[in-house]
Amino acid sequence: MSTLDSVRRAQETPDERQPYAELGMKDDEYQRVREILGRRPTSSELAIYSVMWSEHCSYKSSKVHLRQFGTKAPKSEALLVGMGENAGVVDIGDGWAATFKIESHNHPSYVEPHQGAATGVGGIVRDIMSMGARPVAVMDALRFGGADQPDTRRVLPGVVEGISHYGNCLGLPNIGGEVAFDPCYIGNPLVNALCVGLLRKDQIKLATAPGPGNKVVLFGARTGADGIGGASVLASATFEDESQAKRPAVQVGDPFMEKLLIECCLELYQADVVVGIQDLGAAGVSCATTELAAKGTGGMEVDLNLVPLRDPTLRPEEILMSESQERMMAVVTPDDIPAFMAICDKWDVPATVIGEVTDTGRLVMTWDGEVIVDIPPGTAADEGPVYERPFHEPAGQAALNADGPERLPRPEDLRETLLTLLGSPNLGSKEWVTSQYDRYVRGNTVLAQPADAGMLRISEVMPGAQETTRGIALATDGNGRYAKLDPYTGAQLALAEAYRNVAVTGAKPLAVTNCLNFGSPEDPEVMWQFSEAVRGLADACRTLGVPVTGGNVSFYNQTGSTAINPTPVVGVLGVIDDVAQRVRSGFTAAGLRVLLLGETREEFGGSEWAHVVHGHLGGLPPQADLEAERGLAAVLTEAAARGLLEGSHDLSDGGLAVALAEACLAQGVGCTVTLPGEDAFVELFSESAARALVCVRPEAFEALADLCARHEVPCSGLGLTGGSALTVEGVLDVPVEELREVHSSALPRVFG
Amino acid sequence: MSAARVGVVTFPGTLDDQDAARAVRLAGAEAVPLWHADHDLKGVDAVFLPGGFSYGDYLRCGAISRFSPLMTELIPAAQAGLPVLGTCNGFQILCEAHLLPGALTRNEGLHYICRDQRIRVESTRTAWTTDFTDGQEIVLPIKHGEGRYVADADTLAALESEGRVVFRYAGGNPNGSLNDIAGITNEAGNIVGLMPHPEHAVEDLTGAPSVDGRHFFTSILKRLVNA
Repeated sequence: MSTLDSVRRAQETPDERQPYAELGMKDDEYQRVREILGRRPTSSELAIYSVMWSEHCSYKSSKVHLRQFGTKAPKSEALLVGMGENAGVVDIGDGWAATFKIESHNHPSYVEPHQGAATGVGGIVRDIMSMGARPVAVMDALRFGGADQPDTRRVLPGVVEGISHYGNCLGLPNIGGEVAFDPCYIGNPLVNALCVGLLRKDQIKLATAPGPGNKVVLFGARTGADGIGGASVLASATFEDESQAKRPAVQVGDPFMEKLLIECCLELYQADVVVGIQDLGAAGVSCATTELAAKGTGGMEVDLNLVPLRDPTLRPEEILMSESQERMMAVVTPDDIPAFMAICDKWDVPATVIGEVTDTGRLVMTWDGEVIVDIPPGTAADEGPVYERPFHEPAGQAALNADGPERLPRPEDLRETLLTLLGSPNLGSKEWVTSQYDRYVRGNTVLAQPADAGMLRISEVMPGAQETTRGIALATDGNGRYAKLDPYTGAQLALAEAYRNVAVTGAKPLAVTNCLNFGSPEDPEVMWQFSEAVRGLADACRTLGVPVTGGNVSFYNQTGSTAINPTPVVGVLGVIDDVAQRVRSGFTAAGLRVLLLGETREEFGGSEWAHVVHGHLGGLPPQADLEAERGLAAVLTEAAARGLLEGSHDLSDGGLAVALAEACLAQGVGCTVTLPGEDAFVELFSESAARALVCVRPEAFEALADLCARHEVPCSGLGLTGGSALTVEGVLDVPVEELREVHSSALPRVFG
Repeated sequence: MSAARVGVVTFPGTLDDQDAARAVRLAGAEAVPLWHADHDLKGVDAVFLPGGFSYGDYLRCGAISRFSPLMTELIPAAQAGLPVLGTCNGFQILCEAHLLPGALTRNEGLHYICRDQRIRVESTRTAWTTDFTDGQEIVLPIKHGEGRYVADADTLAALESEGRVVFRYAGGNPNGSLNDIAGITNEAGNIVGLMPHPEHAVEDLTGAPSVDGRHFFTSILKRLVNA
């Protein structure tokens, strides 16, 4: 048994060697801790600083860039809570607010796909709960290695099963997201989980511990040995070959406890017995206590012996670092403690007072009566190291951009090209994945995958809340190939696509969350990709008038010196005034006029065609014409509100050809169209952004054309819906059943 | 005349209770929340056991719920003729409670499946299905990982010969259920259990692309009003 390393002992043994390097701390970081404390830290203090100053918790490499999301933020009256809280909150009207955030759980999902992905869902859901909201839906943006690579067959089924098990058992509908494949993700799959919650505007909760004498309550699951060191060891170090040895560092989730926690928290909020609240995620008790104390009156006393344990042999350092799931920490007035405890008891949620708020400016923790932590909490929570990492354009970037798709041979048989793309893993049906998720639970799902965006009715979320006809829409998008070719434009295109996907449902895009997945920040070339992507995204948010409300950075997605394609994943939240006016996906009936909105240019850099047919990545991505995106979104939302649209679909990967095929597949309604331009290949497969497909009743055509003219959005009549085939006059003709066979067999062919 | 009162049970881990209550209300009945820990059926006229993962379902699905205080009240009441509908986890609980025969095991494909499923109505003689027509094909969502209905040969033969198979999967058996069974009833026809979710098919705007689920609730309402 090790000796208890108390503050007194630390003062008596100033020269004792400490394993800060093993905990991921640099020499100068350790020295700074010594300066802050005026002595060496105790082992418990070292545990706190090492996790709080890890890349994962402190954003030390990304902070200087992320500031642009604030400094360049567009003026938005909708923003109620911005970056820096557990999740951003936006005003969606009629007294309602929405809170949403996307977060990565990449590294754990590679080590242990099922639990890694499951606890990724659990973590983001608790972030949303801690804002005072009822979580109402989840989405997942997933990226895996090549579909035919053996390890993908280990990782993908495990990830999907983990999300399915945890999310379904939790009772949150899974309404969308993405699944993409590229060999660059083989050792570094991306598991980005998004959650959205709803709350009354006047009921926002914050992570703060004000009021000396108020009690600190730890509630939810008991603390065990899972995930110890996860934050610093797992999320901030590059994998080599010892990942098997890290298995115990992945947390294990209990969705049943999380479901109880949700209902319990909502009842606590309803009873108004919570002063401040914080979920326990990365860095567990360390993070919750330091952040709550730093944002409150400034001090807190905690008796660590009172933390309920699943494993009674845990040492205080381990308790501080444990990432056991399904735990929350609340600040409660002494008078409200009985009511608080009664509600926890009703839901069978263990709750324990472990300390109280003070005005000393110190976070003090004891173990067996001895002081083992005595620090100014802000130094751990907010004043971590900040790095201005060097960056420069990658050595091969110019050559990559020079190697454009112009040299690639164009296909003769466009029918075959369409079927090849439609049956490829990236464009094939994702039903193998999404059929494992409950999309209906809670009964408010208006749109779910494969629709362009998920949409929810706002109803029966909180007792006594105002009735509203409004709905919210959400989409996530990202394209690592585009970002590899040009991270500035790639990030803008990710935003543009998510923004467009929200608009095609009829909702008005309102706010942004992002998950920035990159390689090692210590590599100047990766850091260049990161800085360019952030700059691009911040600029685009300003142009489109949608502020970033929060998000997450995931670095070190690389194996050896090979990083993933830079992959900014962007989530956009939108609002529709009358959810009954939502526009369904694709061709919804026969006899409708089919229109293409937007301009088609010859743009094949980073395209699915170049990727699937030629295995080529080079040149430049499509232009990100943000003014055009704005105009298109304005047309779509206004047309939806006026009831002009019978169906819609965004154009993206695979261009018009794939969009037409998907529109036919949505309801099994075919179409006959004529291409407006000369070059059928370019018309069908170019991936120009700012385009959408819509179908309208013939009598609505003029009104839509006028609307397009007013917003300067090009509008071409392509033809009519109907029949049982996708017919492009003079080019190709494919029965819808054949499209379906090819589309639906893409993933089952690989995953069974 | 006061509205018919249909109890909707919430266990810890129940997920579809909000949907169940909404479906009951849309049909014109009053939805009465029933709490697992209470020995109290609150005098309701019928009971709906909705889906979810009661008590986490870490043992066998429904195995713990069956012993809850509420169930100790419900079991004798159901045996005495109180109409009871169990969907998904509710069906599993009814089987665990021996109110219905057989058991629900892991899907044949081992995956959880959420999809809009074609179902054939095999019996309109139960408390919950009079508004359907015999042989009618309907669409209801399924969403479960353990929905494979199994029973011994004698039980199956009895269910078939007594017309107690109420619903069968059509257009492909999603989970390997014996005889394509999606739902069954007891001898008296007051208790119905099925894996599909009628409560997710009651509105045009939300849920499955079907409103076939409404007939469950209009059926029970007519029975209660005419009783």
